[in-house]
Amino acid sequence: MFSDYSMGELGAIFAMQGFAGLILFSVFVLMALGLAIIFGQMGVINMAHGEFMILGAYVTYLTSNVFADFLPALFSIYFFVAMILAFIASGLLGMFVEWAMIRHLYKRPLDTLLATWGLSLILQQVYRSVFGAREVGVTIPDWIMGSLPMTDMIEIPINGIFVMVLAVSISIALYILMYKSGWGRQVRAINQNRIMADAVGINTAWTDRMTFGIGCGVAGVAGSAFTMIGSTGPTAGQLYIVDTFLVVVFGGAGSLLGTIASAFSISQAQSILEFFLSGSMAKVLTLLTVVGILMLRPQGLFALKLRK
Amino acid sequence: MSNSEKHNGANGVNRRAVLAGGAALTASLFTPKLLRAQDFPTAAVNTTGLAVTDDTVTVGILHSVTGTMAISETGSVQAEKLAIEQINAQGGVLGRKIEYIQEDGGSDWPTFAEKAKKLLVSDKVASVMGCWTSASRKAVLPVFEQYNGMLYYPTFYEGLEESPNVIYTGQEATQQIIAGIDWVTQTKGAKSFYLLGSDYIWPRTSNKIARKHIEKLGLKVVGEDYYPLGHTQFNSVINKMKLKKPDVIYAIVVGGSNVAFYKQLKAAGIDMTKEKPLLLTISVTEDEILGIGGENIEGAYACMKYFQSLTNENNMAFVKAFKEMWGDDIVIGDVTQAAYLGPWLWKAAVEKAGSFDVDKIREASPGIELTTAPEGYVKVHENHHLWSKTRVGHAKRDGQYEVVFETADLVEPDPFPDGYQ
Repeated sequence: MFSDYSMGELGAIFAMQGFAGLILFSVFVLMALGLAIIFGQMGVINMAHGEFMILGAYVTYLTSNVFADFLPALFSIYFFVAMILAFIASGLLGMFVEWAMIRHLYKRPLDTLLATWGLSLILQQVYRSVFGAREVGVTIPDWIMGSLPMTDMIEIPINGIFVMVLAVSISIALYILMYKSGWGRQVRAINQNRIMADAVGINTAWTDRMTFGIGCGVAGVAGSAFTMIGSTGPTAGQLYIVDTFLVVVFGGAGSLLGTIASAFSISQAQSILEFFLSGSMAKVLTLLTVVGILMLRPQGLFALKLRK
Repeated sequence: MSNSEKHNGANGVNRRAVLAGGAALTASLFTPKLLRAQDFPTAAVNTTGLAVTDDTVTVGILHSVTGTMAISETGSVQAEKLAIEQINAQGGVLGRKIEYIQEDGGSDWPTFAEKAKKLLVSDKVASVMGCWTSASRKAVLPVFEQYNGMLYYPTFYEGLEESPNVIYTGQEATQQIIAGIDWVTQTKGAKSFYLLGSDYIWPRTSNKIARKHIEKLGLKVVGEDYYPLGHTQFNSVINKMKLKKPDVIYAIVVGGSNVAFYKQLKAAGIDMTKEKPLLLTISVTEDEILGIGGENIEGAYACMKYFQSLTNENNMAFVKAFKEMWGDDIVIGDVTQAAYLGPWLWKAAVEKAGSFDVDKIREASPGIELTTAPEGYVKVHENHHLWSKTRVGHAKRDGQYEVVFETADLVEPDPFPDGYQ
């Protein structure tokens, strides 16, 4: 298939293809981090994860409109403000949901699946009623939408670099939060033994609420970033939910490192396969491989050592 | 309306006719012929027990206003309601005011079938304007055929269907594809094509027709790819396109994927305004551009039968009325216009048949002409599709298309092109 092309062309394409894989990797990491915290640390199956992401996207949409109308001079940097607001909005909604719904279901983890699925339907209809059924167009500042020409052939999309930087910084921030801070120790303690954690004086209710809020907030930031590469509509969150669960489950719930490793392997496999096969076949093969590996290793790639 | 009021109404007409005799006669030369209900007794125009009374007739509207398809189907609902309101303002159909019962298909195909049955069996509606996706149409088709209903279906679709119980007011695939490919080869000198689509029946069939036509012209298809519905990562296929360097990217991506595809195309440094490669799509109407953003698709070409920017008088009036009813910010895409034709075509068929009976409407439909259509003149073909012109639009930054080409004649619908059965 490559006989018609010169070595230079092939080299350029493979370089760009490698980069495409890295972008996909960053997208997967961003999607999955919020869910990994909630699913991994709290055991809550949050089917409304996609809707929390889309809340972030809508916040970005609103912020862009506010900047365009009132602060046109600062429009080129509105995106950073939007991401912070998205984190706050999704985080607060997450804390509210935890308080109103999730905390009553900690002993019935499977019911959280149904409850959050219901929540996702409610949120979709809320978005539809507030923003309309149609997708909204989020105007992205020009500097993010361009590409960096490296050579004649190689062009690197700036939004891809942006997503990568964001994914790396959020991963590092979460790593520090979960594994280096006192709060992270509390979260992990509760995950291992809730009653004991309670007994030693950890405020489990508050820690749970914060954990859920941070997970949702990270989802909001991801949704905000995805306005650069995807659509913003009431049901757009559904586009991400399958991939997100795939990454988290394949990586092994509860392991941040597993999530990252799984995002890396799935994204590279998919991106390479997509190049050689048609898009649908690439997806089929990726999913088949994941199913196969999960059959041999149901706990995922990296699982915490648990006493059974 | 009570009986006594109805009598008053009739007396009023008589009195006015007596008092203003001559003036009324002159006026009637300039206004469309007003059909009065009493000239068409209900028992005569409705022999099959439809929901027709002495002064009303009930039709159904069946679209998704919730779920993922609501994005697309909302425009159709709006257009159908506008058409019904306008028809009522002109005196209705056979002197009867149209009332509608709206049902929500909820983006779920079995629900469509269930609601279609409800409309036909319990509500006895005289006709139904509805469905959007082929999947929903296929789901309701057995219902319409079993209970002998009449469906006015607005979406451009893959063809390969011709039901006695459906009037297809959108284009079947060949009407949308052939003229566009001819145009891009003749005026732009395109020699190679890269076909891309979402992975379901419409893009696959359309690309099959496109490929056949391209190869018949002696040109080359350098790549063909399909992605699952809702796919949001197109970087790999964009790299493939960069490698194969086609003259034309022929894209039939739908739904949320559309937004991702065009944003990533732009981010990858493919500037569509340079037309190297040129992008030709049959799946992006003004509605979709709202989500994609005009700045991300500026310079692309779309092949449709209708664009909001058409400057004929019918369309100017239609756009004005649509905006008055649904707000200034609204845009009107190809399917919305086709949905608008539904009630009008039904009205014309009822009046030609002098009856609401579905069998008589079916018989009367072929040959019906509509000179007031926003897209211009259209005619119903024997095969229940419309003769329509095909047009090519050039996407502008403000989200509108500038029409750069239209076929000289109406294009004949051909739902079963050779070699596809």
